[in-house]
Amino acid sequence: MGAQLYYEDVEIGQSIPAFIRETDFMSWNRYAAVNDEFVYIHMDEEAGRAAGQGGAFGMGNLRWAYVLNALRAWIGDEAEIREIALQFRAINHKNDVLRTSGVVTGKRQEDGENIVVLEVNVLNQNDEKTAPGRAVVLLPSRG
Amino acid sequence: MTEVDTLVTPEMEQQKGVWGVETVSFPISESDIRKWAIAVYWPETPPRLYWDPEYARTTRWGGIVAPEDFNPFAWPVPTGKFEPVGAVPGQQNQRGGNLLNGGQVDTFGVRMRPGDVIRSRTRLSHWEERHGRNGRTLFSYMETEWRNENDSLVKRRVATIIRY
Repeated sequence: MGAQLYYEDVEIGQSIPAFIRETDFMSWNRYAAVNDEFVYIHMDEEAGRAAGQGGAFGMGNLRWAYVLNALRAWIGDEAEIREIALQFRAINHKNDVLRTSGVVTGKRQEDGENIVVLEVNVLNQNDEKTAPGRAVVLLPSRG
Repeated sequence: MTEVDTLVTPEMEQQKGVWGVETVSFPISESDIRKWAIAVYWPETPPRLYWDPEYARTTRWGGIVAPEDFNPFAWPVPTGKFEPVGAVPGQQNQRGGNLLNGGQVDTFGVRMRPGDVIRSRTRLSHWEERHGRNGRTLFSYMETEWRNENDSLVKRRVATIIRY
């Protein structure tokens, strides 16, 4: 478990620690197993080529999980993730080293909630931004 | 492959805005949550909140909760003929037969917990066609709502499905 983050500790422009994974069939197959996601394009190089993507490729929703993991590690167990939005703009190829990014773009207190907004993404080893999006988290207050 | 005029089908026109049949999950188990957490954190040890009941009891949640992206609808009992989605090895793919996950927007409500039974309903919200690098490409937007056994909202999702 990570340390607990409080609303007062967050500054606009602040970057959050990255969640980093080298992805291949070891990670994709585990995700397929729990999500019952047995789709040929994620399991078979020929099917991935037939789909015009060069080979088998990873699930968008596994990148989704990586962004959630990065947020969860940063905010701590007492905080909430309220919203997340990603566009899957580029393919996750085998052996890509993916790393999440997150930058605080806003914070406000509204209706008793301590709201922090972030711009998030998942980058590959070529610094290609594969999944731009945003997230909203709710943090406890020290007050 | 030859270009087609549209990938929009008459069935899509009929289904636009209409909620589909509600589906109901099997009860969520601690083991389902633990396996999910192991998969998405592999090869790192997942957070204790997802697998250690003694630790989870000390948090504001009072027990194990599922990661926000946990899918309680995985592994339904198969009742019909299996039909693979997307490209299949050794088969010529039909125009419009390729599918990609284009992304999604999720708004989360209450957490999912062991014992919860989740109900889901989905509708085709709207769509748009564009010309992309793979020719005519259809972007469909599917809206899904999940509620637990107390009728509390667990998640609202708007997903983008890309077909080309």
